[in-house]
Amino acid sequence: MTVHNQLRGTLQDYLPRLVLSPSFAVILLFVYGFIVFTGYLSFTGSRMLPSFELIGFDNYVRLFSLRHWSTALTNLAIFGILYILICIFLGLGLAILLDQKIRGEGVLRPIYLYPMALSFIVTGTAWKWFLDPGIGLENVMHLWGWESFEFRWIKDRNFAIYTIVIAAVWQSSGFVMAMFLAGLRGIDNEILKAAQIDGASNWKLYRRIVIPMLRPAFLSAFVVLAHLAIKAYDLVIALTNGGPGRATELPATFMYSYTFTRNQMGVGASSAVIMLMMIASIIIPYLYSELREKRT
Amino acid sequence: MSVATSDTAVRTGVLTRAIIYAVLVVFAVYYLLPLFVMVVNSLKPLDEIRSGNMLALPQTWTIEPWLSAWGTAQIGVDPTGLKPYFVNSILMVVPAVAISTLLGALNGYVLTKWQFRGHRIIFGLMLFSCFIPFQIVLIPMARVLGIIGIAGTTWGLVMVHVVYGLGFTTLFFRNYYDAFPTELIRAATIDGAGFFRIFQRILLPSSGPIIVVTVIWQFTNVWNDFLFGASFADFDSQPMTVALNNLVSSSTGVKEYNVHFAGAILAALPTLIVYIVSGRYFVRGLMAGAVKG
Repeated sequence: MTVHNQLRGTLQDYLPRLVLSPSFAVILLFVYGFIVFTGYLSFTGSRMLPSFELIGFDNYVRLFSLRHWSTALTNLAIFGILYILICIFLGLGLAILLDQKIRGEGVLRPIYLYPMALSFIVTGTAWKWFLDPGIGLENVMHLWGWESFEFRWIKDRNFAIYTIVIAAVWQSSGFVMAMFLAGLRGIDNEILKAAQIDGASNWKLYRRIVIPMLRPAFLSAFVVLAHLAIKAYDLVIALTNGGPGRATELPATFMYSYTFTRNQMGVGASSAVIMLMMIASIIIPYLYSELREKRT
Repeated sequence: MSVATSDTAVRTGVLTRAIIYAVLVVFAVYYLLPLFVMVVNSLKPLDEIRSGNMLALPQTWTIEPWLSAWGTAQIGVDPTGLKPYFVNSILMVVPAVAISTLLGALNGYVLTKWQFRGHRIIFGLMLFSCFIPFQIVLIPMARVLGIIGIAGTTWGLVMVHVVYGLGFTTLFFRNYYDAFPTELIRAATIDGAGFFRIFQRILLPSSGPIIVVTVIWQFTNVWNDFLFGASFADFDSQPMTVALNNLVSSSTGVKEYNVHFAGAILAALPTLIVYIVSGRYFVRGLMAGAVKG
């Protein structure tokens, strides 16, 4: 009886760890093991199939000498900066306006936010034809009598990347609005009333008091948007498929085409490692500070 | 968050308020425009799109594009429409969501109520896995799926989605159970209740909201995924997003815009319905995924 109880006792002690261990093992293997594997491949001469012969940093040297890669990085910089700035600007603006005791807020808010429920492939399809000069916006303006109206960015090598920004902003800005709105609703009204009694104008009130208090929301929005920008893949595939030419290539599409269609797995792996490093440099400090805050 | 407890008390004049409403309505139009374009043009015959105005209502209403997108449109090599791919997506989503939610609940329970040395590091490692660019796992995952023998199958996709959904589901349940009074658990332990009994009798009955949030989050993510579907599915296991992209970007034949739009709506419908029915929980999931705590 006592032996039985003891056994039961130890089993109970280990049960929680036992329950957690399959998930943790899976994460260790499929996330961290795979990261190590891809990291290793990036130092090998793998082409169509993985090879395990190390060749040093050659893939990285090649990667950064490729014009496609520098196009992808430049595009990521343009896309990322505009996407983040416009989303934050729009999101904050809409949140502040919605926070003015708006009648119909319950209708407007879901309308701003629903694109977030859609797949990027759906968003891409919708915008692809809407921005198409033949049948979309340009054609509509011509039919409405504005004959000289021209909007063919999606067909233009120099401007196609901005159409990705347009569609991505449409998809995510409502979400950023929701984040700022939650932040605004968390601010104590007494502080605002006190400032108003002191005679602060609305503009000053927001610039000096409200917006600085939204710091955590800014940080979260930035982290979420930055990591979405680095991972952006589906939207480009659906909207422009990387074109015209290679004009809208991003690191994610570069990695895919080098690894799976051009059979340069080593180079593809090294580009994936660079993507991981970009994301890690944003996410790790963020998670670290979030988790540490919780402890205290 | 959705409960508006304290609106900002800013004094504004009539003119300012009119401008605010105008701006808000303009943006509502902007967000609705692509959906409007999709719906309206999916109900037009093709020549009306080519020669007409994309923003105009159909002159001749037709549901032909919808029938074509669902049942007869050319996707890949076969004129199957999106129907079989819709089924594929359902077969993939249901087990993937169920398994990852269940595991997430158990993990969250262990990580909050049965903490042991190193639980913080384990959670940190699981959390980081939510954010990795999936390009870093594509090559080894393709090989492992081949080795297990489920490459190109729906079960392969289910496994992939469970693995890379675990971080988020664990995060949701961990944060939810963290606020659950530990005294109740302690009392139950003293009464002799075991690990699973406590979970089943005490935590699970009050987990309704977080289960809804997690299921919606996972459903949306898995349904909308494109990268894994495009990388790991065969023709007969491709999910809806991949099929839609094949339909829209196929370069052969006439571009049937109306069919594309109908297909896009079909692909969007399940997540849109979930959003409309339970928007509050959807937003909560989004926020919990972004702002921990």
